[in-house]
Amino acid sequence: MGHTLLDKVWDAHTVRELPNGQTQLFIGLHLVHEVTSPQAFQMLAERGLSVRYPDLTFATVDHIIPTDGSTRPYVDGMAEQMFVAIEQNIERTGIPFFDRSTGRQGIVHVIGPELGLTQPGMTIACGDSHTSTHGAFGAIAFGIGTSQVRDVLATQTISVAKPRCRRITVNGKLADGVFAKDVILAIIGRLGVQGGVGYAYEYAGDVFDAMSMDERMTVCNMSIEGGARVGYVNPDETAYAYLQGREYAPKGDEFDSARQWWSDVASDADAAYDDQVDIEGESIAPMVTWGVNPGQVLGVDELIPSPESVEGLERRSIEDALDHMKLAPGVPIAGTPIDVAFVGSCTNSRISDLREAARVAEGGQVPAHVKALVVPGSQQVKTEAEAEGLDDIFRAAGFEWRDAGCSMCLAMNPDKLVNDQVCASSSNRNFKGRQGSPLGRTLLMSPAMVAAAAVAGEVTDVRALAAG
Amino acid sequence: MADDGRITHVAGTGVPVRGNDIDTDRIIPARYLREITFETLGPHAFEDERRQLNGKHPFDDARFTGASVLVVNRNFGSGSSREHAPQALMHRGIKAIVGESFAEIFFGNCTTIGIPCLTLPATQIESLQSLIEEAPETALAIDVGSGAITAGQATYQAELPASVREAFVSGEWDALSSLLESGDAISAVHDRLPYISGWPAR
Repeated sequence: MGHTLLDKVWDAHTVRELPNGQTQLFIGLHLVHEVTSPQAFQMLAERGLSVRYPDLTFATVDHIIPTDGSTRPYVDGMAEQMFVAIEQNIERTGIPFFDRSTGRQGIVHVIGPELGLTQPGMTIACGDSHTSTHGAFGAIAFGIGTSQVRDVLATQTISVAKPRCRRITVNGKLADGVFAKDVILAIIGRLGVQGGVGYAYEYAGDVFDAMSMDERMTVCNMSIEGGARVGYVNPDETAYAYLQGREYAPKGDEFDSARQWWSDVASDADAAYDDQVDIEGESIAPMVTWGVNPGQVLGVDELIPSPESVEGLERRSIEDALDHMKLAPGVPIAGTPIDVAFVGSCTNSRISDLREAARVAEGGQVPAHVKALVVPGSQQVKTEAEAEGLDDIFRAAGFEWRDAGCSMCLAMNPDKLVNDQVCASSSNRNFKGRQGSPLGRTLLMSPAMVAAAAVAGEVTDVRALAAG
Repeated sequence: MADDGRITHVAGTGVPVRGNDIDTDRIIPARYLREITFETLGPHAFEDERRQLNGKHPFDDARFTGASVLVVNRNFGSGSSREHAPQALMHRGIKAIVGESFAEIFFGNCTTIGIPCLTLPATQIESLQSLIEEAPETALAIDVGSGAITAGQATYQAELPASVREAFVSGEWDALSSLLESGDAISAVHDRLPYISGWPAR
């Protein structure tokens, strides 16, 4: 019987079995940002410990950073305090730091792959649940808490239980207007927000084989929204071609040597899985969330569900969600008016996302009452987009063109919803209050669908625009 | 907690917070993550919901003041990896959580800071929540080693993964000391990984 990529990467990085039965797992790449790291550095200092391998941790600033051109010192004193903290911690430890002055700053899950830091067969950890993004390359990538950030800094290892492995196969072909975002939302809709707890998700089949690395990252990014801490795609030629020539990727003969190791780490054809799920690519429509978690999702051509369709606490969940969203059951989600449109976040802020959104936005005009913003995932994505003229297309259509950061995905910077605004968002979470206003309402969808909603002023089937 | 860090029993009163899929954004809104310490988070646990419920949230209900055992439903703590969520609950006085199920990162974060999260079937959670709502003064006692929970006259048999149970009763729920013991073995893995030590010539 063969082994999965999960098995192989796990074995290669196991330091030992701990007395409690968990694995002490070596972390090959550690990424840190300004929000979940200051307490970790503090805890390290309190115990008199130093950073064991400063060359295996890389830092950037993304969560709090303003995207409207503001400069230091920031008006928000607490944000300024966090920037000072990470700069001091970097200075003290010698960890490489990609701040704005480097031209390589951006959302941690955008810059890791972009710089070639993220590679197949690695273990990767970061104090952020969307670290699963890096699984697109065939890495085992975890979100961790701040105490575990401390553990990685001090030992380059964490204590963790090996997950079971579920292979999710999507065969066939996606329809025009259906994107990676729709695929992962459809998976979460089917398996639930808790379905992946205790599992790593391996994404396999025609649809993932045909995807670009950007698209695979979108899928793996939202594994955690389905409860799975880890999600990955086996590395292939698409991954190797993406890595070729990137700053931290191996070069020349070393690249060839690496490539052999990378392909060896992929799951064997006869590997055993704890569970398997099959989905037909053709069955997936453009998806939109109607509720307050990413599993409360439907096709854009479907009707908002009724609480009467289920019983018990689940009924209460639907009632509660509809109450917060101020949506009526049995009504089409298409046509729901929006106030804000947000293209961005670690899920959908890469160059291909911006291209798709621009293609839909081009020639359209965002109505005056809708605030629309595009926030590139990194400084490099921004530069690339501007070289292609995407910024002009967005501005002409009435979108704001911003600097790189997490922005309105979690609204820790000044980009926030106001009161009960409805936001068409390419981000990953529609939780109550997620976008900065406790009453704010989030509709998750693909970047193309966000652009379509921005221009129409309401939720719109992007397939109709494509046909028209 | 004993001086040696062993967490074998949790005793106190309970507070039920009902609902499935209560995410960490709800437990601690992101704006409170603009902070370089965890110490200040306690008062902000569930802040937005409490404000909207105008004092009717269980955390504002005087009957549950001083409660140390939080009783929740399915998939509690989903979403963000923010340790701020369990830290906020801990600084608010929560010492153990009993629920139908927990999100994985949240569960791990709780373990690492010394909060046991035990699971019971949905119907028993419902029964325990109702019992606490009807008689908030009911004394709860959790035996972490066996998973036995007594609530007044009622008893429940909760579950905890063996590795986590072991971590609490041995006092090694904060893994750092164990991790630090493996210095040489860590170096060995570091040195054998080609993407760190260098790719072999072909």
